[in-house]
Amino acid sequence: MPSAVTEYDTIAAISTPPGEGGISIVRVSGDQALSIVKKVFKGKDLAKVASHTINYGHIVDPQTGDLVDEVMVSVMLAPKTFTREDVIEVNTHGGIVATNKVLQLIIGAGARMAEPGEFTKRAFLNGRIDLTQAESVMDLIRAKTDKAMQVAVNQLDGNLTHLIGDLRQEILDVLAQVEVNIDYPEYDTEQMTTKMLLEKARTVSAKIDELLKTADSGEILQHGLATAIIGKPNVGKSSLLNRLLDEEKAIVTDVAGTTRDVVEQYVNIDGVPLKLIDTAGVRETNDKVEKIGVERSKQAISSADLIILVLDASRELEEDDIQLLDATQDKRRIIIFNKNDLIPVIHPLDVKQLKDDDIILLTSAIQNDGIEQIKQTIGKIFNAGIEDSSSNVIITSARQAGLLRQAKQSLEDVISGIESGMPVDLVQIDMTACWDTLGEITGESYPDELITQLFSQFCLGK
Amino acid sequence: MEVKEFDSETYDVVVVGAGHAGSEAALAAARMGEKTLLVTINLDMVAFMPCNPSVGGPAKGIVVREVDALGGQMGKNIDKTYIQMRMLNTGKGPAVRALRAQADKNMYHRVMKDTLEQEPNLTLRQGIVEKLIVEDGVCKGVVTGTGARYHAKTVVLTAGTASRGKIIIGELMYSSGPNNSIPSIKLSEDLEKHGFKLSRFKTGTPPRVNKNTIDFSVTEEQPGDKEPNHFSFETPDSVYLKDQISCWMTYTNGTTHKIIRDNLDRAPMFSGVIEGVGPRYCPSIEDKVVRFADKPRHQIFLEPEGRDTQEYYVGDFSTSMPEEIQLKMVHSVAGLEHAQLMRPGYAIEYDVVEPWQLKLNMETKVVKNLFTAGQMNGTSGYEEAAGQGIMAGINAALRAQNKDPFILRRDEAYIGVMIDDLVTKGTNEPYRLLTSRAEYRLILRHDNADERLTDKGYTLGLISDDRYKKFQDKWNAVALELKRLSRKMITPKMAEPFMKEHGLKSLKDGILADHLLRRPEVHYEDIVDMIGEGGAEVDRRVKEQVEIDIKYAGYIKKEQMKIDRLKKMESKKIPERLDYTKVNGLATEAVQKLSKINPETIAQASRISGVNPADIGILSVYIEQGRIAKIAE
Repeated sequence: MPSAVTEYDTIAAISTPPGEGGISIVRVSGDQALSIVKKVFKGKDLAKVASHTINYGHIVDPQTGDLVDEVMVSVMLAPKTFTREDVIEVNTHGGIVATNKVLQLIIGAGARMAEPGEFTKRAFLNGRIDLTQAESVMDLIRAKTDKAMQVAVNQLDGNLTHLIGDLRQEILDVLAQVEVNIDYPEYDTEQMTTKMLLEKARTVSAKIDELLKTADSGEILQHGLATAIIGKPNVGKSSLLNRLLDEEKAIVTDVAGTTRDVVEQYVNIDGVPLKLIDTAGVRETNDKVEKIGVERSKQAISSADLIILVLDASRELEEDDIQLLDATQDKRRIIIFNKNDLIPVIHPLDVKQLKDDDIILLTSAIQNDGIEQIKQTIGKIFNAGIEDSSSNVIITSARQAGLLRQAKQSLEDVISGIESGMPVDLVQIDMTACWDTLGEITGESYPDELITQLFSQFCLGK
Repeated sequence: MEVKEFDSETYDVVVVGAGHAGSEAALAAARMGEKTLLVTINLDMVAFMPCNPSVGGPAKGIVVREVDALGGQMGKNIDKTYIQMRMLNTGKGPAVRALRAQADKNMYHRVMKDTLEQEPNLTLRQGIVEKLIVEDGVCKGVVTGTGARYHAKTVVLTAGTASRGKIIIGELMYSSGPNNSIPSIKLSEDLEKHGFKLSRFKTGTPPRVNKNTIDFSVTEEQPGDKEPNHFSFETPDSVYLKDQISCWMTYTNGTTHKIIRDNLDRAPMFSGVIEGVGPRYCPSIEDKVVRFADKPRHQIFLEPEGRDTQEYYVGDFSTSMPEEIQLKMVHSVAGLEHAQLMRPGYAIEYDVVEPWQLKLNMETKVVKNLFTAGQMNGTSGYEEAAGQGIMAGINAALRAQNKDPFILRRDEAYIGVMIDDLVTKGTNEPYRLLTSRAEYRLILRHDNADERLTDKGYTLGLISDDRYKKFQDKWNAVALELKRLSRKMITPKMAEPFMKEHGLKSLKDGILADHLLRRPEVHYEDIVDMIGEGGAEVDRRVKEQVEIDIKYAGYIKKEQMKIDRLKKMESKKIPERLDYTKVNGLATEAVQKLSKINPETIAQASRISGVNPADIGILSVYIEQGRIAKIAE
């Protein structure tokens, strides 16, 4: 018998987001999960406890005998687990350091460090969940705010699957009608005309559009709205940042590099996760070592979805300001006229580099004036996508969005085919392609669906 | 007294049953040079049509063309014996146009019988095969009821509805093959003895009435086409039949439906008498009335059974009601008030070999060198039978010659779609080909069946040199003309008369001829008006190809891309005798299905219902690793 495929060895990872939370969970999955955890656990014999029980004990370093943490261990045996494999979860109490130590010990005892999303991948591969559900578990794990969590939970319930299922059913009805006209031409079944196909293509297309509108928001929920706060030295970026951070006390996570440099910080603004880019850069310019200026900002600008450009309202525009205004012309941006508590020297109307769709706010970071407006504005930008969605479903993965665009392209081909006078059975090729693509989103495909449909709906003879 | 067995002649290939599958199988094997025996219960039922008197229609008509393109007989036979020809779906695209002919049933039988009799390597013999000669799991011949032992390298079974056939009319039930012929009972028992899994299917046929008692004045006429069309690529337009016979259309009504509903307790379909599974697409009239209770009427087609008979087939009125009720039902229909019943409709139950027991070359997995084809494999329809028949005949001959099997992929022919469906998915009802079963129907057209298959038929030895040359000439002409149109520039001045005549805007710039032809309102003839004739001889069929190729190029390309993806998966072979229970991670259902069907490629595996994409991923990885656990042979 050949060895097990690598995908199915025993894996372990910290499955709670790193941070200041009191309890963390180390999850272990695979057929060796139980024996591995047993090696580092002191307490009841885990091999003898009933499945789906939680057990008190301690994690002990088997080398030194040192007590690492006081833990609760959940034992869940296959197949009724998330991955359909044996799953052991160690609930630790001792904060990030102790949790890391527990994970190290489990890996030392024979588990492999799980790759991102690997538990979910197994759940999918073992047939436990469909693709959109798998994706929403990933989202759930990565959720950075409550709102993101809510969307993921909805998806996990299969909302997106249902919605896509409904769209596919609509297409299937049309296809069945087309097919019946082709296979039974001499029967007096209703003819599916190209006009009816056109109408259907348009309605389905509109529904896909609606879903696609949420894709931006979904992306934001999942990855955070990449935001760069820029401005020349001493315009008040730092105090603005502090206001945004201090007020919320809501840093979800630090995705730090190996050095002390903080590259990205997440901040929760009214449920919207902002991913602040190059906050180190913002702070550095505070160090009166003003060697890093516009050049560094440009890097941040290129990777940001939203620019918060801070100007000093109490000083005339300078070369740096103009360069930054020019560099962000193509970006969605909020222009802050800060230091509004001082006597203003420049006025928005005087700045000819502003675009019509710029959002202009007057603030005084020092006096905490206008900060609330910034938050509201960000919330509004984000919610614009979601409020259009009547379905409570938000597209959160690039894969889903890509397939939706592909499905939409097929519908556009349907429409242009009809407009150029193509017969119904050719136009049907694109309609079927749309149906197939939507099926890929949920990872389902029922090749016999169409034929079953044909016979349940129509009365046909030989 | 026991019949004494004796060793009769020895053949390369023995074909059992001379229906539409058996006739093609025997002809193909004989034409490939194999000494072939075709043995059938009743020589007066060779190529007999026990149900509708027609050949072709959507998907089925394309199969007839495919059989012809491979060098088979059905197309030629119907071209010699039709009494009406119609092209269906003319308002739709080229892929779904469908030719259908009304046949003179008796003539169809006589002409096919004559063809079989004239075939040099073929012996036609009356007899009933009762068992197989099987040694060490290999079929070596058959034994008939008269004791004749025929030894052969390979055997093709096409027993059709004769397999333990049982006719049912109301409360009456009796053992019978189609149309009161002798059933084949012992062969079924022998197959079970060898380990075959058989199941019961049901089909049915409507009553026949005498033409002289039909009032055609209250029915609608359906005449044949004026435009010539034939099934065989070899039949010239010049022999197109002028005096065609019409079909007629009428409807059931509330009274008919009430008669049926009032007597459902006597309908074998509903009283539990019939155990076999019937086809959804060819339901009995009682089934239709029950399932579609809100439909006020159903169409009925009155079809002549031949030129020199008064017998008419009451199409779409299939029933197994008692004769007493059938009479009332028939008489309730407009035009049939005084119709004289000639034969009552009946249901027939029969054995089928569950087709997952076959390989893609139609050889059984259970007994080597044994092939099955036709209705016996769970299909319905003459065309489906013929398509399988020719493939089984070819493969039986190839095996006799120790050559590799001949398999058509899903992107090559409807025949390929059908066989793959049967073998991969099995069927739990009589299987009918539909255009919607084909993923690539724009490629699988009736007009290009020769392009798809005639090369293969020639390689197999089923196409004459003369025909092959004509085939090459046609496609060379198509290629030349396509090339000419892709290079010829049409100036605004050249196009102006046409544009003006059709109220279209004048061209601003010159345009390549093939680009202009893509416009829906422009046809090949218009282009030739503008640029003149080319060098090649361009007949009706060449024109048709050129126009389709250019007009639908975008869609054809899309299908082709899908096919390329499929081919990649088809090229991933699954090793024989792979032990699926040893593949880690496969779902239990997938293990069961894969073990049962033993797919030959990853693509085929992916089409098995109950095998999901994750299983395919796992299986691919497992095979690529190269350490395969096998089941002992």
